[in-house]
Amino acid sequence: MSGKKRAHISEVSREDGKPLVHLEPEDLMPLPAPLNDPAKAPAFKPLSTQIVEKYECLLDDTCAVNVPKPKTKAEEDELVRKFLAGLEKLFQRENNWTFLQPLLLTMEHCAKCQTCSDACHIFEATGRNEIYRPTYRSEIMRRLYFKYVKHGGLVSLWQHGDIKLNWPLIARLIELSYRCNLCRRCAQTCPIGADNGLVAHELRKLFSQEMGIAAKEIHDTGSMLQLKVGSSTGMNPEVVKDNVEFIDEDTSEKTGIKVETPWDVEGADVLLIHNAGEFLAWPENPGAFALILNAAGIKWTLSSEVVAYDSINYGVWYDDAQFARVALRHAEAAKKLKVKKIVLGECGHAHKALSVIADRLLLGDLNIPRESSMTLLRDIVMSGRLKLDPSRNDFPVTLHDPCNLVRLMGVVQPQRDILHKICPRFREMEPHGVDNYCCGGGSGFAIMQGNNFPDWRFNVSGRKKVEQILNAFADCLGPETPKYLCTPCSNCKGQFRDMLMYYNLWEKERILYGGLVELIVNAMTDAKPGFIDWEWH
Amino acid sequence: MTTVLLYALIYLAVLVFAVGCVIRAVQYARMPIHLRWELYPVPHEEARRVEHGGSYFEEVDWWEKPSHFNLAGEIGVMVPEMLFLKGLWEYNRKLWSRSFPFHFGLYLLIGCTALLVPATLVSLVQPTWMAGSLAAAWLGLCKALGLVGSVLVILGSLGLLSRRLTDEDMKNYTTPGDIFNLLFFIVTCILLLAGYLLSDQQFPGMLAFTQGLLTFSPSVQVPGLLAAGMICAALLAAYIPYTHMSHFIAKYFTYHSVRWDDRVNVRGGELAKKLAEYLTYRPTWSAPHMGADGTKTWADVAMANPAMETKKK
Repeated sequence: MSGKKRAHISEVSREDGKPLVHLEPEDLMPLPAPLNDPAKAPAFKPLSTQIVEKYECLLDDTCAVNVPKPKTKAEEDELVRKFLAGLEKLFQRENNWTFLQPLLLTMEHCAKCQTCSDACHIFEATGRNEIYRPTYRSEIMRRLYFKYVKHGGLVSLWQHGDIKLNWPLIARLIELSYRCNLCRRCAQTCPIGADNGLVAHELRKLFSQEMGIAAKEIHDTGSMLQLKVGSSTGMNPEVVKDNVEFIDEDTSEKTGIKVETPWDVEGADVLLIHNAGEFLAWPENPGAFALILNAAGIKWTLSSEVVAYDSINYGVWYDDAQFARVALRHAEAAKKLKVKKIVLGECGHAHKALSVIADRLLLGDLNIPRESSMTLLRDIVMSGRLKLDPSRNDFPVTLHDPCNLVRLMGVVQPQRDILHKICPRFREMEPHGVDNYCCGGGSGFAIMQGNNFPDWRFNVSGRKKVEQILNAFADCLGPETPKYLCTPCSNCKGQFRDMLMYYNLWEKERILYGGLVELIVNAMTDAKPGFIDWEWH
Repeated sequence: MTTVLLYALIYLAVLVFAVGCVIRAVQYARMPIHLRWELYPVPHEEARRVEHGGSYFEEVDWWEKPSHFNLAGEIGVMVPEMLFLKGLWEYNRKLWSRSFPFHFGLYLLIGCTALLVPATLVSLVQPTWMAGSLAAAWLGLCKALGLVGSVLVILGSLGLLSRRLTDEDMKNYTTPGDIFNLLFFIVTCILLLAGYLLSDQQFPGMLAFTQGLLTFSPSVQVPGLLAAGMICAALLAAYIPYTHMSHFIAKYFTYHSVRWDDRVNVRGGELAKKLAEYLTYRPTWSAPHMGADGTKTWADVAMANPAMETKKK
């Protein structure tokens, strides 16, 4: 079926066992040069026959969650029953006090004006394919809400529209809830204040909390692994300490400044929590943090408590209980060390999770102040405590705004103040700040590697960002000028690592991605030059 | 007798409208305080931050700094949004060209009613006042607001209806109820407008009608067409709070309680007390990792570690 055909709402219940849409490269939003030839676009791998036979892949060209096909009609009926039970619970205060009010407001007051659609990078990237419209999944849920939760009769059906509930609908809705980055750009433009991003979030919760269905990278090898061993990377406290020791040595050698990371210092001013992915994938980032904080004379520490050395909190994308469990453990570690504040490293979702959303879960002595590393770093850089030479960063730099930091938390200016001070060739992407576009890896996509899902996130969810990056560097494209995409977020860096590689933008255009602290250390005159080594990693 | 029935219907409609609005507002207001879910920019932030959409999180040790509530900033966003639908102007200009006349027309009609009622009250207490030029100007303004308002509502509704029926982006999401709602507005305003403009000399005017309404006087003769318009308007008013068109109530909550709600949970504060109560709720989510069997509280569920429990097994 052509991707250009509009899928009607009722088609979500189709029982022909086929995906609703298929996208061809020419259906997608065109990219600027040098990626402007769809014929030369990297191939989008099809799903394997085994996967299609085993799992429900009824939505589009990919499969994010791998829901096994029910073997019997009775199994199907049981899944439908569970879904309905979960749907009801989403609208009960005992079960969903956490988001009941915004959810109900969105369910009952969307005017279906489609203003939000133009704000959605996924909808735009697919050439405005109907199923990726922010209101498509919301309209399905809205009809289910009025029919099965409000038990509306004929008048309600006439007013709100009908929908046929069956297992194919649920299977498609599971996948559809994982076709949204939860960036909430759509919500920002809604004239009523409805929030279609929230609908995707709440659907994911229903599937996880009632049916035990979630993307395995987020649940099994994500929040569950973190609660089990301490980190979704699989590192236990001993391993992470070993790694940090190695990072300290490496940073000391590279910069000529002795770096030592303090562990479990009781009464420290700052408990710094990194996304533990940094220790493995981008060790220069925690190394740079350690160097900067030591040089600035900050009394800081890391915690080796299980969970507390990894700031990730995947629950924020799909499950309130998992979210609360991780947030509580972060706060407990801070309480145990009697620190004055928790500072979050360069990780967007960790910022929002612990600073903003968990604010209404942390009560009493667990309510320890949380702060963004962006503000602390700005304070250090602007205070003159570090000797900085901007000419060391004399290459084009642009900034990717992680949605969680800007639109969802309002931390916009500190990182810019730093870049303006230390990067003479800094330029903004358009749009930026609170109007930014997601990297395409938000809401867990950056870590979801199953089947051909990465192809989807590079071609679809990350497409708008690729366009923005190329436009930001339009005046200096080509391999002769190294360019730096500053990305103060681990999750976004994961997406850029994979996506820039996919489009060959390091080889062809010399676009390197990295954090903010690396640029600061690169400009420090006390450190040996060349902290940023312009090698792909 | 017919006129009295019309009065009764109008009073009943106003009552049903008011009850519907109150029920809806109370329903939303009584909901539990949700987890923070704000969207920036938040206009009551300090003015220097509103421009770039910043928050108090941009300050080092923000919890030690005095809190700000920039009322002017909030009003500066609310007024253009309410009066001129600024958001729609910014993000969906095509729709704004239809939605703005519709909404502004409604405001003018509300304004017409709001001016007519005090004029009527004054005329009942001090009939001589009505002979003055101020009264003539006042009633002239009422008339202008009513006429222009009706025309704008008709034009706006027709524009919205044609868009719903012809725009491919909207058709998929349009229900018979949506069409009916717009037709209801169009028919009502056409009847009111035509009924008023075509009314013969028997109809003593809107002021006399409102006087009759307030005094339940059966002597006022309302022409059939105008009476039909009034009946439709009464039914429409009674119907609105029970549909998604009551978004004028919802919008208060979506903005103030969700999008702009950046209140900090202070230790021992009012917010903390309410949140502590929610942690005693007993959820019943069924997935095994939840461990929510209806006997454990939300706090118990949050403190549990399903990964360690699996390990023990």
